[in-house]
Amino acid sequence: MRNRQATNLLFELSQPGRRAARYPACDVPVKSLTELLPASQLAEQSPDLPELTEPDVIRHFTNLSTLNMSVDTHFYPLGSCTMKYNPKRHERLASLPGLVDLHPYQDEASQQGMLAILFELQEMLGEIAGLPAVSLQPAAGAHGEMTALLTAAAYFHDRGEQRTKVLFPQSAHGTNPASAAIAGFECVQLKGRSDGFVDLDELKANLDDKTAVFMITNPNTLGLFEWDIAKIAHLLHDVGGLVYIDGANMNAILGITRPGDFGGDMMHYNVHKTFTGPHGSGGPGAGPIAVRDFLADYLPGPIVTQTQSDGVDRFQLTTPPKSIGRVRSQFGNVGILLRGYLYLRTLGAAGLKAASEQAVLNANYLRAKLDDVLPVPHGERCMHEFVASAEKAKSEKGITAMDIAKRLLDYGYYAPTVYFPQIVPEALMVEPTETESQQTLDAFADAIRTILNESPEFLHNAPHETPISRPDEVKAGRQLVLRWKR
Amino acid sequence: MPYLFNTDESQQAMLKTVGVKSVDELFDQIPRELRLDRPLNLPPPLSEIELESHLRDLASQNVGASGRVSFLGGGIYDHFVPAAVDAIAGRSEFYTAYTPYQAEASQGSLQAFFEYQTLICELTGMDVSNASLYEGASAMVEAVLMAMRVTQRRGKVVVLGSVHPEYRDTLTTYVRHLGCEIVTVPTPQGTADPNDVARLIDDRTAAVVVQHPNFFGCLESPREIFAAAKQRGALSISVFDPISLGVLRRPAEDGADIAVAEGQSLGIPLQYGGPYLGILACRQEFVRQMPGRLVGETVDRNDKRCFVLTLGTREQHIRREKATSNVCTNQGLLALRATVYLSLLGPRGLREVAELSCQKAHYAAEQLAAASGMELAFNRPFFKEFLVRCRGNAAEVAQHARSAGFDIGPALSRFPALAVEFGSSANEWLLVAVTESRTKNQIDNLVNALRK
Repeated sequence: MRNRQATNLLFELSQPGRRAARYPACDVPVKSLTELLPASQLAEQSPDLPELTEPDVIRHFTNLSTLNMSVDTHFYPLGSCTMKYNPKRHERLASLPGLVDLHPYQDEASQQGMLAILFELQEMLGEIAGLPAVSLQPAAGAHGEMTALLTAAAYFHDRGEQRTKVLFPQSAHGTNPASAAIAGFECVQLKGRSDGFVDLDELKANLDDKTAVFMITNPNTLGLFEWDIAKIAHLLHDVGGLVYIDGANMNAILGITRPGDFGGDMMHYNVHKTFTGPHGSGGPGAGPIAVRDFLADYLPGPIVTQTQSDGVDRFQLTTPPKSIGRVRSQFGNVGILLRGYLYLRTLGAAGLKAASEQAVLNANYLRAKLDDVLPVPHGERCMHEFVASAEKAKSEKGITAMDIAKRLLDYGYYAPTVYFPQIVPEALMVEPTETESQQTLDAFADAIRTILNESPEFLHNAPHETPISRPDEVKAGRQLVLRWKR
Repeated sequence: MPYLFNTDESQQAMLKTVGVKSVDELFDQIPRELRLDRPLNLPPPLSEIELESHLRDLASQNVGASGRVSFLGGGIYDHFVPAAVDAIAGRSEFYTAYTPYQAEASQGSLQAFFEYQTLICELTGMDVSNASLYEGASAMVEAVLMAMRVTQRRGKVVVLGSVHPEYRDTLTTYVRHLGCEIVTVPTPQGTADPNDVARLIDDRTAAVVVQHPNFFGCLESPREIFAAAKQRGALSISVFDPISLGVLRRPAEDGADIAVAEGQSLGIPLQYGGPYLGILACRQEFVRQMPGRLVGETVDRNDKRCFVLTLGTREQHIRREKATSNVCTNQGLLALRATVYLSLLGPRGLREVAELSCQKAHYAAEQLAAASGMELAFNRPFFKEFLVRCRGNAAEVAQHARSAGFDIGPALSRFPALAVEFGSSANEWLLVAVTESRTKNQIDNLVNALRK
């Protein structure tokens, strides 16, 4: 049961003289600090951290945790985020000694088991992508995008080609252009057709020998498979460009079709979405990339490679010969990669395909259940998610997508992604994932129907039963308070 | 497949509602010729029992910090993680939630991040902290890119040669195409002479990057270097060790404009390289050029204090290619760990961890130099880590230590940049790090094992 009093900040709970952690007395001969370090470099006093006991700390954060909705407690149909169940076996196994306590700089001989896991993960991700060369280094999807674009830039540079442009559809995730800009490319946004697909004529008109990469999410952000993806890839390849697949929506197509088979040259995975790395209140993620053979030499290092000596597999870390260099320190977000590995080993080929099939069935089922009240403007069916529009509810009753999203919280559902992509007015992007039952989807659809019959005034003030309601975001941005002060 | 719900019966009912005959029909949206006509070539599925046994088998082929006494450093350390940190980070209300877009259903994470930001400000003395970035190297790069935006200078960045070689490598990767010159200040004596650094800073220079304590464990002279940077209009970027701030002056007091760090020491397990925590804090005037998520305080419609993501106008979903960064997540769970860790330590705990690490490191250095034929590489003040020069090959010395149950290192030869900078002697150098978790006994035993 939620403790409703517990929202004081750590700093307000602090009492001088309290403490939690205690350390043993120093067992080596103690010298004066000024003997060890120059006095001019020493702090005059310790940072003003809160003073608390361990029970203070535990009660505080445990109570805070109850103010969150999470996958373990609520249906969380946040579109584009694949909030599927995070298996508990992963948590136990990723914490085993021999995995969780490995230092990144220990010798290769004492980490062969870890390297075997990472090598096998590289192989599996290459197979699922249909793109054989994999780097596990990127820490998140956007990091993967940037890494792949830098890899492409190095490839073009090596070939003496001056390609400066990255193209992407209007409906692209905002990270696509942001990553392209960081990788030094000029961004060209395509309007696309009114049905949400890429306009081949518009694409053709923008392709030339300056075109480096076309970035596309497939299935796209409307939850639709780009029917013309192979033609799009041909057009790019004809002018010497490359196709980048944003893998945010891989959960729809595992074992059904592969980015490498439909024309992609590079892609990133979101291990935290598709392969159940827990989202951790916003991170960590892991954004490994898979690319074609001819790009392999440019990937960031280290990559895990395998050799055999005397019939025994040995694994080592290697840097590709023309590597772009590192995109971060150490190996990568191994804790999340491990969970992805465990998921793939649990499901196998048939299990992965079944997961995608169920994800697509769940999305289509929910879409059908809501079709009369929250129609989907694009496509007759969807892949693993759909983007419904509350435009009718808005014009007829004055109920907005935001009203529905906020009121859903009262009914015990996290809200769908709202107002994205912008090509759909009053957008609600719903991704149920495969790990929800028909009963949950039915109850969610019923809740939306009920909400649409509630009074608009009541909904404008929703949610009514959450710890807070409708925070003043304008005030937050204008009168910036980014830290507590005495 | 263990995580699916729908029986054949319910599946049929659902298909009927959708208006299709089979699941396969749902995939008519994908052209037939693009469909995979074979099963993926993956290893067969494992039950939970098989998976556990498989993974235990693989884990047993590794030897981690619980199997050998660790004196490994290089930016990642075996500091003690109190059980309370694991207990809170193990709350699935935190670890199975996502980015707090819906503030009403995410106050737990949002308040924790606001507390994190406050703690990082207290720790560093800076005015504002973001809600975290990926890890140390990319945080340093984001700081450099931020300095370029603030100063409107893209010509040059001055970086000390004593900055973590992987951080420098990461910076090179990111800025190669910007036409920006990275000037590395040599540090053959372990630290940079502030006058040498000052001479390299000119009116094209966007930033000066100083790691303090540096990669070799030595203390730099950040105050003098940052003063020179300020004089020439360049921003000062401090790469700090959070634990060191239990005893050392804070980056803000040294004149840093942006302070970044690897936050792994703050309650985050080693886990072979990540996920870790990228800390970035800066002066108030640069807040709108910051990368990454920020949490701000506000009130709700009932005037109740609450927390929201703010300054989204810097970010990709609004600014697209003009965003301050492409980073659109934070390391939420790791920021939470750091928040819990610092609340458990408080001012005295942090000071104790810093002092214990520092005292024990100095004892270890003294003993190793006296008994084992190693010499301290530099005659410079250091905090909890030091570089030794072995008589002979460092990798062999490390191997010798391992066979006696100790991990020391990394050897400098591991890092290609340093192998070049240190030349033919690079394979003689070894880092040794000592945290509060090490005992006198362990140190003495290491020294004995290496005694020649």
